[in-house]
Amino acid sequence: MHRATGAARAPCLSSPEGFQGALIFCDSASIRVGEPTSNLKLRAGQLSAKQREKGVRMPIVLRRYVNQRFLWRLVSLCLVFGAWELAGRKPISIAFPTFSSTMLALADLIKEGTLSSAYAVTLQPLAIGVLIIGILGVVCGIAMGLSRTFEWFTLPVFIIVQSAPMAALIPLITFLYGIGLAAKVLAVVLMAAPVIVLNSYKGIRNVNPSLIQMSRSFLGNRQQEIAKIIIPDASGLIFAGLRLGVASGFIGVVLAELLITPTGIGDLITYYRAIAEYPSMFASITSIIVFATVTVSLLQWLENILFRPERRGS
Amino acid sequence: MGGISRRASELAKEENNNMQNSPIIEVRGISKTYEGGCEALRNLNMAFPRGELTTLLGPSGCGKTTLLKIIAGLLELTRGEVLIEGKKVDGPGPERAFVFQDFALMPWATVLRNVAFGLELRQVPKKERLEIARKYIDEVGLSGFETSYPHELSGGMRQRVGLARALAVDAEILLMDEPFASVDEQTRRKFQEDLLGLLETEKKTVVFVTHSIEEAIYLSDQVALMTPRPGSIMKIVNTKTERGRNPEEVRRDKKYLDCVEDLWQILKQYLV
Amino acid sequence: MTILGKKVPMMLSLVVWLAVWELVGRSRLLFLIPPFTEILKAATTVVTNAKFVDAVIISLKAFGMGMGIALVAGISLGVLMGRVKIVEQSLSMWLNVFVSAPLTAIVPALMVIFGIGQTTVVVTVLLFAIWVITLDTQAGVKNISPSLLEMARSFGASRFEVYTKVILWAALPEILCGLRLGLIRGVRGLVVGQLLIAIMGLGELFELYSRYFLMDRFWFLVILVFAFAFALAELVNYLERRIEFYARTR
Repeated sequence: MHRATGAARAPCLSSPEGFQGALIFCDSASIRVGEPTSNLKLRAGQLSAKQREKGVRMPIVLRRYVNQRFLWRLVSLCLVFGAWELAGRKPISIAFPTFSSTMLALADLIKEGTLSSAYAVTLQPLAIGVLIIGILGVVCGIAMGLSRTFEWFTLPVFIIVQSAPMAALIPLITFLYGIGLAAKVLAVVLMAAPVIVLNSYKGIRNVNPSLIQMSRSFLGNRQQEIAKIIIPDASGLIFAGLRLGVASGFIGVVLAELLITPTGIGDLITYYRAIAEYPSMFASITSIIVFATVTVSLLQWLENILFRPERRGS
Repeated sequence: MGGISRRASELAKEENNNMQNSPIIEVRGISKTYEGGCEALRNLNMAFPRGELTTLLGPSGCGKTTLLKIIAGLLELTRGEVLIEGKKVDGPGPERAFVFQDFALMPWATVLRNVAFGLELRQVPKKERLEIARKYIDEVGLSGFETSYPHELSGGMRQRVGLARALAVDAEILLMDEPFASVDEQTRRKFQEDLLGLLETEKKTVVFVTHSIEEAIYLSDQVALMTPRPGSIMKIVNTKTERGRNPEEVRRDKKYLDCVEDLWQILKQYLV
Repeated sequence: MTILGKKVPMMLSLVVWLAVWELVGRSRLLFLIPPFTEILKAATTVVTNAKFVDAVIISLKAFGMGMGIALVAGISLGVLMGRVKIVEQSLSMWLNVFVSAPLTAIVPALMVIFGIGQTTVVVTVLLFAIWVITLDTQAGVKNISPSLLEMARSFGASRFEVYTKVILWAALPEILCGLRLGLIRGVRGLVVGQLLIAIMGLGELFELYSRYFLMDRFWFLVILVFAFAFALAELVNYLERRIEFYARTR
């Protein structure tokens, strides 16, 4: 079976497989057409030589291990926030607010409801866009995977687009759809499309050939093959593509709000900058970063549960 | 335990008539506990006679690879000491060379460079080290493959590269960690015979780890049986066979087969 | 796809798309999409414009500096994280946050701190690219077979030799992968940074052309930037293919 190189080439980020529970996000790997897949074993969680020397850690009490990781994260958070505080006091720049003032501003924003109303506006194009391109993109990717002709027409376009800075097209969007919701939805769609389509495509193409042979040996027809084998086997990568697509969607909506017309969070950022209320500005920025991270982490957690039972512990 | 190993080292001394009396490797009171509480070795004492092939044999997880890596200086010990030629060591050294179970070849380098790697690290000039490498590539039967890459070789060939590399640095002691485990059965038998042939000319002390009883008895001069975790030396068995005999004959010799059966009976007790 | 039994290379489909573009452009369906041939003609006008040359130089400088720092810092940090558990445990959380966060939101903050100039663009490129480079390098270093490192130590390699002769080479496939993704993100950072700042470099040109509806020139610029990103990615891809022979057998 003729396969395109997919997730296998470098286990790092080419595949959505994470390792050691880290959240891995990546643009879809370069798809090289017409080459056989090389299957690299992902050595997830492999200990470094140093760790092997010091001895393999026995899985005695899971809690102890979790606590240690938690401890270091806490330390790291404190260090970074502490550095932020100092940097603000020093000050790096008159405009750079301290950590504490940013947090206070954030609290205010939440209290006054400004933040929630902003998100209500921002999340609309995101949700609509992800929904549209999620369905369309997955269908397109599956079609590309199943039909050579369709692949012939569409794959080169996506290969080029996957490395392209789609942000350059944002100014164009205004011409097409003005500055309303539709424009922002289009921005989300543009940013998320390549990664969703290509991951679905990869998922279909990288289906385990033994499973297909098995289905044929039990006299399954093509429809059964597709419905019972190919799509379930590909669903892991498809979901990963959707996860990455949501991450890209966030990028798209923020870009749209900063470049096309300020609404929602983009509006908050621009407004507070304009009136030099830097703590509030930084607070808004922090909030969107945190929000995006949390959303994508939830999706990753969901993905682990649905598709990767061996990694549920992490 | 201490009594048996003292007797063992006396035995070893008695047997080495033609060679110097002191063992080349001595380990005293070796204990190793991994982080997380796993006690791999406990108070292990052993002496390895010069110029002979000693095998560490035991059930899975008994610590034989741990002991081997401690002797190699690749693992830290919790207690005890390793003496090479009577001197305490605590790290790798030029007198010991290691052969790895998974070959540990650099996949981006040719066979020639891989074999010469030990010499490269010792700053031996390029021309000289490549010459030496070629010699040993020939000795292990891989001439013609100098410019091949590991991915082009079979498992058996890759292990030959590993062996050539260990021989090329001309260390007195060869430490081999289940070197034929990742290789198919037929190749494995050939390897064993080839290894014995090589050792006739090279005259090295070898410490060999395996879990195959047949391999242990066929290859070694003595076999050190290890207890299950925490490992220590249970018994040392002399298995010296006449060198130069037809391998087929040896494998069917009554003494050889009896030995295999004896050891199997001992080890069987520890199988869960 | 085969026509009359002969296999047609996939890239030819692009020709088909270009033909479609030409037709759509000629029919003046959307003023937004000029015929492709006009875009090519606009190329000469754009390229000979002095402003363009300036813009390109400014952009390339910013890109080069940002990517350079991202590369050096990213690889070093990645190696450090791969080898020292403490560093990994403290930093990996941040890495995972920033590698997928909408970094565009940070650019206004950068403008506030670094002003509206070249520095901001450099920092933007740096920030966009560094996380994925670090993450991939770390993955590569962590995935090194331990027996390879033991082998080097057993033959007496010094710390430095272990890094230069073994670690960097063994992790190279992942490092190059990270580099490729980092370059793509870096170009995105360049575009975003310049679009938001809009008073210099290519951003200024984009702004200019779109404001005066000079669509053919605008598209030419877009195609140029796309081609630049694609070329860089393909260059690294070529390198990755060169070392693929051993990536598989690690």
